Amino acid sequence: MKKLGKKTLVITGNYAVAYAAKSARVEVVAAYPITPQTSIVEKIAEFVETGLMDAKYIRVESEHSAMAACVGASAAGARAFTATSSQGLAYMHEMLHWAARARLPIVMAVVNRAMAAPWNIWSDHQDSMSQRDTGWIQFYASNNQEAYDTVIQAYRLCEDEDIYLPAFICLDAFILSHTSMPVTIHDEEDVDKFLPKYEARHWKLDVNNPVTNGNIVTPDYYYEMSWSMDESMRYVKKKFPEICKEYKELFGQWHGVFTKGYKVDDAEYVIIAPGTLFEESCVAVDMLRESNIPIGALKLRVYRPFPSEDIVSVARKCKMLITLDRALSYGFNGPIFNDVRSAIYGETSAPVFGYAVGLGGRDVTFNDISNIVRDATSKLEKGLHSSFVYYGLKVGEK
Amino acid sequence: MVKDHIILPVSKPTEGSMGKTGLWRTFRPVIDYDKCVKCLLCWFYCPDIAIKIRDDGYPEIDYRYCKGCGICWHECKVKAISFVREGEEVG
Repeated sequence: MKKLGKKTLVITGNYAVAYAAKSARVEVVAAYPITPQTSIVEKIAEFVETGLMDAKYIRVESEHSAMAACVGASAAGARAFTATSSQGLAYMHEMLHWAARARLPIVMAVVNRAMAAPWNIWSDHQDSMSQRDTGWIQFYASNNQEAYDTVIQAYRLCEDEDIYLPAFICLDAFILSHTSMPVTIHDEEDVDKFLPKYEARHWKLDVNNPVTNGNIVTPDYYYEMSWSMDESMRYVKKKFPEICKEYKELFGQWHGVFTKGYKVDDAEYVIIAPGTLFEESCVAVDMLRESNIPIGALKLRVYRPFPSEDIVSVARKCKMLITLDRALSYGFNGPIFNDVRSAIYGETSAPVFGYAVGLGGRDVTFNDISNIVRDATSKLEKGLHSSFVYYGLKVGEK
Repeated sequence: MVKDHIILPVSKPTEGSMGKTGLWRTFRPVIDYDKCVKCLLCWFYCPDIAIKIRDDGYPEIDYRYCKGCGICWHECKVKAISFVREGEEVG
C-alpha cells in the first residue's frame, strides 16, 4: 500500500475542524461568525482565499441564512458545511428541521457555548441538547483528533444512501476549540478513498430535471416521512460501526463507535459522560482506582441516535451508573440522565445517579468527578436508587 | 434507486398541482381590453403564472388559478385592470 500523505500539526480544535472540512473536500461553506466558533470559518476562508481549498464561500447575514444556504447547496448536490455556537445554533433551529426533513447530508461543527441571558461564552451543552429532536445526528468530540476524524466520518455516514440525514459535531468551548493539541491531518487524495464525491441519489435540484421538495403534504403522507427519518436513525446504528472500522484500517484512528469505554470491563461503577467530561473522568478513574474503587468511564460519543444498546450492556454488568450533564431539561433533570434511565428501563435495575456539572463553563476537574463518585457511592450504600444533584451549587453562600 | 425506507415528497412542475386555487379569491382582476396596450407587465409579475398570452398578443387571466392577489392590477401602467369584489360587476 502507498504511504499515506499525512502530517501532524499542533492545532486548536477549531483549526482541526477547518482542516477536516478541507480534507473532506467540502464544496460550499456558508458561515456567520460567533464566539467561540469563529476561528473555524476564518481558517476555512483562508484556505479558500489562498486556493488551498476549492470551495464556494458564502458570507451570509445570519445563522438562519447560513443553514438556509447549506440547504440550497446540499439540495443542488454539493457537500456543504458550516459551524456555529449557542445563539447562532438556536437561530438556525427552523432550518435544522428543514435540512433533516429534506434529507440533506449537511455536516456542521457546533462549539458548545452557554445560552443567554445573561451572555456567557463558555462551555455548556444547552445549545446542542436543545436541538435534540430536529433529526440531526449528534456527535461529541473529546479531543482535537477526534473532532477532525469525526467530521470526515460524519460525511461518509450522512451521505450513505440508507441514511441521508445531517449531523453536527460538538466541541467544548475553549477546552477544545482554543486549546492546541497534536492532530494528524490526511491528504485529500487519501481521504477520497474513504469519502468519495457526494452523489445525491434520492433527490436533487437540477435545472434539466426540475423538481420541488417541500410542497405541502397532507396527513395521508407526512406520518410515514417522520417514520422514515427514525428508520434512517436505525440505519446509523447499523452502518456507523463499519464506517469507524474502515476508517481505522485506512488511517489508524479509533475513537469508539457510539460509545468508548475506559476500564469498564471490571468496573462496578461506571461514569457516563460526553466529550471532554469523559476525558476528565478517565483521570478521575485512574485516581480512584488507586484507592481501590472499582470505577470505569463510558464516553457518550453519539447522543442521537442514542446508544441504548451500549448503555444497557454496560449497565447489566455493573452496580451503579453515574451520569454527568452539562445541560438541563428545566423541570425534569438533565437530558443524559433522563435518557440513560429511559434506555435501561425494563432491561436492568442498576441505580442511576445524575449530576449537573460545569454549567456556563464552570470548571469540572478530576477532583470534582472524584467527589461525585464518592457521593454516588454513599447514596448506593444507603440503598438509594436514583437522584439528580447540582454538584458544587453555591446558592446560600456569601 | 432510492431505498424503500427513504420517503420524500418530490414534485415535478405541473398545471394546478395545488388544485383550483382560484376558489381562494375575494377580489377579481378584470382586464379592459380597450385600454390594454399588450405591454405584458401583468403577465410578467403574476406570481402564480395565472395570466396567459393569447394568440393576438393580449393577456388573459386564468380564473381557475388566479388567487386575486392584485399584483397585476397594481402593476398595470395604463390602468387597464380593475379589481372588483367577487359577485360584483366592474363599475
